Amino acid sequence: MFPEVGHFALIIAFVLAILMSIIPMVGALQRHSLWMMLGRPLAVGQFVFISISFYVLTYAFINDDFSVKIVANQSNSLLPVFYKITAVWGGHEGSMLLWIEMLALWTLLVALFSRQLPEDMVARVLSVMGMVSVGFLAFSLFTSNPFDRVLIQTPLDGRDLNPLLQDFAMALHPPLLYCGYVGFSVAFGFAIAALSSGQLDAAWARWSRPWTNIAWVFLTAGIVLGSWWAYYELGWGGWWFWDPVENASFMPWVVGTALVHSLAATEKRGVFKSWTVLLAIFAFSLSLLGTFLVRSGVLTSVHSFAADPARGTFILVLLLIVIGGSLTLFALRAPTVTSKIAFGGWSRELFLLINNVIFLVATITILLGTLFPLIMDALGTGKYSVGPPYFNAVFVPLMAILFAIMGPAVLSNWKQSQVGDLAKRLVAAAIASIAIGLVFPFVYAGAFNMSIVLAVTLACWMVFSGLTDLCNKLRHATDLVSGMRRLPASYYGMSIAHVGVAICVVGIAVTSQYSDERDVRMEKGDKLEVGSYTYHFVGTEVVRGPNYTADRATVDVYSDDKKIAELLPEKRRYASQMGNTMTEAAIDPGLFRDLYVAMGEKLEDGSWAVRMHYKPFVRWIWLGGLLMSLGATVAVADKRYRLRRAAQINASMDAATAKSATT
Amino acid sequence: MERFKLFIPLAIFFAMAALFFVMLQREGYNPQELPSALIDRPVPTFKLPALKDAGRQLTPNDLKGDVALLNVWATWCVSCRAEHPFLMHLANVEKMTIYGLDYKDETREAIRWLASLGDPYKFTINDEEGRLGLDLGVYGAPETYLLDRKGVIRYKHVGVLDEKVWREKIKPLVDHLHKEP
Repeated sequence: MFPEVGHFALIIAFVLAILMSIIPMVGALQRHSLWMMLGRPLAVGQFVFISISFYVLTYAFINDDFSVKIVANQSNSLLPVFYKITAVWGGHEGSMLLWIEMLALWTLLVALFSRQLPEDMVARVLSVMGMVSVGFLAFSLFTSNPFDRVLIQTPLDGRDLNPLLQDFAMALHPPLLYCGYVGFSVAFGFAIAALSSGQLDAAWARWSRPWTNIAWVFLTAGIVLGSWWAYYELGWGGWWFWDPVENASFMPWVVGTALVHSLAATEKRGVFKSWTVLLAIFAFSLSLLGTFLVRSGVLTSVHSFAADPARGTFILVLLLIVIGGSLTLFALRAPTVTSKIAFGGWSRELFLLINNVIFLVATITILLGTLFPLIMDALGTGKYSVGPPYFNAVFVPLMAILFAIMGPAVLSNWKQSQVGDLAKRLVAAAIASIAIGLVFPFVYAGAFNMSIVLAVTLACWMVFSGLTDLCNKLRHATDLVSGMRRLPASYYGMSIAHVGVAICVVGIAVTSQYSDERDVRMEKGDKLEVGSYTYHFVGTEVVRGPNYTADRATVDVYSDDKKIAELLPEKRRYASQMGNTMTEAAIDPGLFRDLYVAMGEKLEDGSWAVRMHYKPFVRWIWLGGLLMSLGATVAVADKRYRLRRAAQINASMDAATAKSATT
Repeated sequence: MERFKLFIPLAIFFAMAALFFVMLQREGYNPQELPSALIDRPVPTFKLPALKDAGRQLTPNDLKGDVALLNVWATWCVSCRAEHPFLMHLANVEKMTIYGLDYKDETREAIRWLASLGDPYKFTINDEEGRLGLDLGVYGAPETYLLDRKGVIRYKHVGVLDEKVWREKIKPLVDHLHKEP
């Protein structure tokens, strides 16, 4: 198949995107029903042609068509087929095409699953998403065409995919992350549509909620996968570095989390309307900013495999139009009238407001930390680097406050809660949490540790206050099963996600406080005792992989004289990379501890530098993240998103909904 | 007046956009290129201790004699860790002379790093205060300067030095410099 077919399909998609960004919007403004209805078929057409383009590129990769420039640059005939496919997004051009494909997919889904929405709303949303699509298609076609060819002196073989990317988790990390990034474009589309039409009511919050949740699920999963990858692939056991590119994906996540919570308040009680719209704009803007930071080369980091400053200006102009335009629209159209719906002290609205403020402050601190070196440099006051100490010092206390208020927030009612009542109900949970928190470090490590006490107390607090709330909700039920069945899916979703947060907190605290790390010199037959484990360095051998050769060590691990694991860390040399060696760590995973062995350098006397990590509870970090994703997914399954038809949604709050305390 | 407040996000955004714009315009629009002022100039004067031997004072004279790389690194720099194996390869297999410049770092941590990951450097300049880094115009670690036999900067690479950068940009220059008298 000719790559030019893919290029041509991309051009057609570009034309369709232009049509989609204009016709339905004009139709909505002029109340022209046929024009509005054109949005859906255009969305389908755009998706079909972008998919053709994506398929053609994938085909070129699978069939080693090295006349295509990016295939020659980031693939190789020896590469296993799975990595040939994932190599499609292993570089800049391909990952932009993936970004666009994701956007087309989300647009298609909105077009298909919006039958119950008013026609003019759908038209506006599709138009807005079409505008974003036009921008990125233009970016791809004019500055980074994935179908560029080298027809004269076509290389015989490709240069191979960066070995760091030849990995299962890393192969799936970008699609998940992009899916989340781009997913916020739906909430963005709804926000802009609501602003432009003036219909800024509870209904738009209800429509955008499931979409926002799903985008958030993908973003969470993508970040979890990236963190896990860094842990086992970079070979030194770290799982989060506050690296600029990580921050670029973390900021939309934090704002997205704020958005998920603030949408709840807007949907249930009609409060914070302008605020929620602003958050929707921020979440997508930060996703775009993330793309800009990673792609422009303004920041250098481990991740910037494909940085190219020549493209920076284009994305910057794109950012100016999208973000500047939407913020201008916000400034001109957002309602200034303060909500008529009042809420008292200690109401759930207030707690959600605190939640939002904390998340926003957290985002701003991360943004400042990421951009501070740039700002200082631009002002000419010298070079600075902002490291993990800054981020930890600001982020950890903020999160501690957040977790502390989660308890009463979950129990509180909309409109008004009695402080005394809340306190009375939470006493038991508080005492139990503090008790467990105080005991935990002694039982686990035999010594006091303030960070652990704090983390475990907060984690227990989140779980116990959730349980208190559940018991409270079930107190009138005739029996447990029927009572639990009556609670809505969104309530369970929220609870699962909050338990995920608790698990994640415990994992982070225990791993960072109790991890042990040894760098030792080992040769054949050496034994080393670390804690209750004995490591036996059996020896090394040379093994061959499909496109690399490796020195592989065998390390047997004994606990109480019983062999519990055989670890095989590798030091790989990729044939195509001229001696570029990669460390492949060997890990014996466990729910309560990971044993982690990575090979360092071969020393002159034939022995090896070996690094051993003992990582307690490290799996809890990712387990917690996955539970958060699961929770948000369960919440989407809530039947109120399926059963109610738009016509029946009454924007004004009926007391029944307001009181059923669900998120 | 209420309406006025709603313009705040927009104003903040424009300030940020201006910052990015300035960054992209600076240094000939490409942050990965050397400000032309330093090309073909000798390394700025300095007198700093060696990392592993604090008693030994290093000066620009120590950088003369060989076509060499001056690599800016630090233990707080994630990318440096990614770059390190390739520097080991350059030193051991390609027999390239590499000097290290440990930039704004903790001495103890840095020595530990070299002990556990291997030491590709002939010696490392301990620039704890970051003064030499500032004079050099270090944009952010890692950065690598190519020096000729007279200790004059001939090329600068910002970011991770990997096989591709080596093969396409630095190796040809090194070969060329070796032919120079």
